Amino acid sequence: MLKRPHYIALGLIVLLTLAILSLPSHTTAHLKLGIGSLFLPLFGLASSTQQMAGATEEALVPRRELHKLNDDLRRENQQLRLQAMQSEETARENARLRQLVGWQHPTPWKLKLAKVVLRDPSNWWRSVQIDLGSRDGLRVDLPVLTTDGLVGRISSVSLTRSQVTLLGDPNCKVSARVENETRATGIIGASGPLETEIVELGYVSRSANLKPAQTVVTSGEGGIFPKGIPIGTIVDVQPVDYGSRTEARVKLAANLNALEEVWVMFP
Amino acid sequence: MNWLSAILVLGTAFLAVFWEAAFGGVRHVLGAQIDLLPPLMVYASLCTGITTVALLALAGGLWFDSLSANPLGVTVLPLFAIGFAIHIKRELILRDQTFAQLVLGLGASAAAPVLTLLLLLTMGRAPLLGWGTLWQLAVLTVGGATATPICFELFGWLQRTLVHRGATETSFRPDREIRRGR
Repeated sequence: MLKRPHYIALGLIVLLTLAILSLPSHTTAHLKLGIGSLFLPLFGLASSTQQMAGATEEALVPRRELHKLNDDLRRENQQLRLQAMQSEETARENARLRQLVGWQHPTPWKLKLAKVVLRDPSNWWRSVQIDLGSRDGLRVDLPVLTTDGLVGRISSVSLTRSQVTLLGDPNCKVSARVENETRATGIIGASGPLETEIVELGYVSRSANLKPAQTVVTSGEGGIFPKGIPIGTIVDVQPVDYGSRTEARVKLAANLNALEEVWVMFP
Repeated sequence: MNWLSAILVLGTAFLAVFWEAAFGGVRHVLGAQIDLLPPLMVYASLCTGITTVALLALAGGLWFDSLSANPLGVTVLPLFAIGFAIHIKRELILRDQTFAQLVLGLGASAAAPVLTLLLLLTMGRAPLLGWGTLWQLAVLTVGGATATPICFELFGWLQRTLVHRGATETSFRPDREIRRGR
C-alpha cells in the first residue's frame, strides 16, 4: 500500500532526474566534473598507496638486477641519441627542401605527461580520467597517446582533471591510413564490448588491398589527430556490403587495459 | 528515519563508486566491472526508510554518472525503480534469509544495467553493445547477487558496533516478588 511519503519521494526523484537530464550538455559537463571532484581526496589516497607499493617493490629489487637494468638503459640511451642525431639531420634536410619548394612548416606538437587516475565504472563506455585539467592548458579534442601509439582524445575538461575517450568507444572515431602501396584511408570505429585490444577499420575502398600485419596510422584528416601516429596493425580483413567496401579488424598498438601514464599532445 | 543508517549507506555507496572506478582487477579478469549500487539498494529498501532509498538512488546515481561517460542522472531512475519496487513489497519479503537476499540481489543487479541501457538507447545514445554484453550482464548479475548477503552482513555488524541498543525490559519486577516466609 502506497503512503504519502512514497508518492513524494517518487515525484521528487522523477522530477529531479528529468530536470538534470534535460539540462544543456555544457552545464551537465560542468556539473559532472563538480560532483566528480568530491572524489579528489580519494584520488590522492589511492595514488599515494600506489606510490608506497611502488617504493616497496623498488626497495625489494636486488642490487645486481638494478646494475644490469642501468647498463641496459645506458646502452638504449646511446642508441636513441644516435637515432635522434640522424632524425635531426633529416628534419634539417626536410626544412631546407620545404623552403625550396615553398611549403609551410608544420607546427611542432608539444607533449605533456599525465597519470591515469580512474576508469569508467560502467561497462558500455571506454574512457579514463587523467590528472591534468584546464589549469594545465588542456582543452577538448586534444589527442592522447602512449609511446606505443594512439590512445584517444580529451572529451571533457575540468580545472584539475580531464576525461579521455579511448579508441574503441562509439564516441571516438579516427580517420586512419593504411601503410601499404595504396595508402587507403578509413575510419576507426567501435569494437565489441569485450574486445578491448581490437577496433574496426571501416569505410575502406575495396581496391585498398588490405592484408594482415599492415600498419595503420592516423591520416591527419578531420583536424583532431596529427598524421602519422601509430594506431595498430591489421589482424584480418573482410568484404562488406556485397564486396563494395572492405572492413578490417585492427589490433591496437597501445595496451588500453594497462594505461598508467599517457601523453597529451598540444599544437 | 535512522540518520546513522542513512549516513552509513551513503558513505558505503560513495566508496563503492570510487572502488569501481579506481580498481579494475575484476574487469581485467572477467571482462566486466561489478556494480555495487544495486546490492546496496536492496539493503536500503529492505532495512531503511523511503528517504534513504531516494537519497541513495540520487546520490549514488549522480556519483556513478560523474565518473562515467553516462549522461548525468541516467543511473538515478533505474536505481530508484528497483529500490521503490522492493520497498513497497518489503512486508512480504523474508529479509533475514540469505537466499532471499541472494535472489533479490540477482534481480536488482540484472535489472539496473538493463534499465540504464534502455534509458540510454531511448535518449539516442549509442553505448558499446554486442554479444559480449550478455557476458557482461551475467557477470554483473552474479557479482551483484554475491555482494548482496555480504552487504547485509556488513551493515548488520556496523549496526551492532555503532548503534546503541536499548536495555531490554524483563518481566521481573521487585515489587511483585513473592517473599516467602518461614
